[in-house]
Amino acid sequence: MVVAFAIVRMKDLLAVVMLLGIYSLLSASFFVAMDAVDVAFTEASVGAGISTLLMLVVISMTGRSEQPSRHKPLLALAVVTVTGSLLIYATLDMPYFGSAEAPIHQHVAPRYINASMQEIGVPNIVTSVLASYRAFDTFGEVVVIFTAGMGVLALLSVVRRSDSTLNNDIFDHSMHEQHLILRIVTKMMIPYILLFAFYVQFHGDFGPGGGFQAGVIFAAAIFLYTMLFGMSTARRVINQSFIQMLAATGVLLYGSVGVVSLLNGKEFFDYSALSADPIAGQHLGILLIELGVGITVASVMIIIFFNFVGRRNNPLRKENQGF
Amino acid sequence: MDILMQVSSGFFLLIGSFLCLTGGLGILRFPDFYTRMHAVGVTDTLATAMILIGLILYNPDFMVDVKLMVILLMTIFISPTASHALANAARYDELSIQKDSKSDSELTSSNL
Repeated sequence: MVVAFAIVRMKDLLAVVMLLGIYSLLSASFFVAMDAVDVAFTEASVGAGISTLLMLVVISMTGRSEQPSRHKPLLALAVVTVTGSLLIYATLDMPYFGSAEAPIHQHVAPRYINASMQEIGVPNIVTSVLASYRAFDTFGEVVVIFTAGMGVLALLSVVRRSDSTLNNDIFDHSMHEQHLILRIVTKMMIPYILLFAFYVQFHGDFGPGGGFQAGVIFAAAIFLYTMLFGMSTARRVINQSFIQMLAATGVLLYGSVGVVSLLNGKEFFDYSALSADPIAGQHLGILLIELGVGITVASVMIIIFFNFVGRRNNPLRKENQGF
Repeated sequence: MDILMQVSSGFFLLIGSFLCLTGGLGILRFPDFYTRMHAVGVTDTLATAMILIGLILYNPDFMVDVKLMVILLMTIFISPTASHALANAARYDELSIQKDSKSDSELTSSNL
């Protein structure tokens, strides 16, 4: 609450971004305290990691302080206060937190918890619910992420000059001494970060993890490389069209698992149609769709970051005209 | 043996918490950016390392110990690099070293 209040009142946007990171970290520790470790993992990696970074890139373009607001929105404040107090009044009627008669514990949840090990055989119930029982909802999430990436591409993609100018400043030696220590340590660390991303991806069946967190960590390693070695070098390493194709491939992989189940005579996303043994079919199905999720999330994050930073180096901007 | 491990892990955890607290106190009380970096750069890394060693001693399970040791190794690499990155960025932006102790408002209006 204190952090949220400070975020609203402060005018210095850099401090606001840092406070948002702190808020995300505090939320993640809340989730750990409530035993929801997968959600805490995702919140920590996305909120305290990637969002802070993207906001910082935006602030470096727009300026550091907030414009003073010219009018006092009293009507909006009154509407929000009335709505908020109505909502709080409504929660007084809800069952106590964690009580056994609450409807959330009655209908579907006991079946998931009791039957997950026999039907799917995966120790992490969050993964089994997300990837098998509710695979259709997760499909919607992946499509939303893909649409966000497409929206960023449609709005922000910059027409770049021809490749001849890109070849001139590939290895930016002038910055080498200044960032020497950072570059050396980053070169040592990036393989381990990528390895950790793969570990989180494929270990999601047994512990906290899964496709979303793994994609975010993978993208974070690429961001680190881009920040320290320059945009042109990063574009040579990661081709823009390849990444766009990868983003589409992830969603396609996810959808085709469902379609294969349809073609084999079962329902959409019924993984027991994928192999002779239903449990093996479930494992294969979960593996494939988590892979699709991880690929899409990583590619979309990289697309968003490249477009933000590429916008910053846009030759059409007034500040960059002197090149 | 069991009680020895528990006592030593508690010792390390206490040392780690104390270092974290004094690092935070240093951030609040020191006058200048560079002195604050000096306070927090060393104590933060050492506090994390101490807490992790305390947790390693507390846990008899081998797989958990391996993961904690990997985290410890990563922290020893990454945390001083982060402090170096901050101090280097400040130096590159020519943030001035304060000669005498003034109030904080001077500092926030003069940098960046």
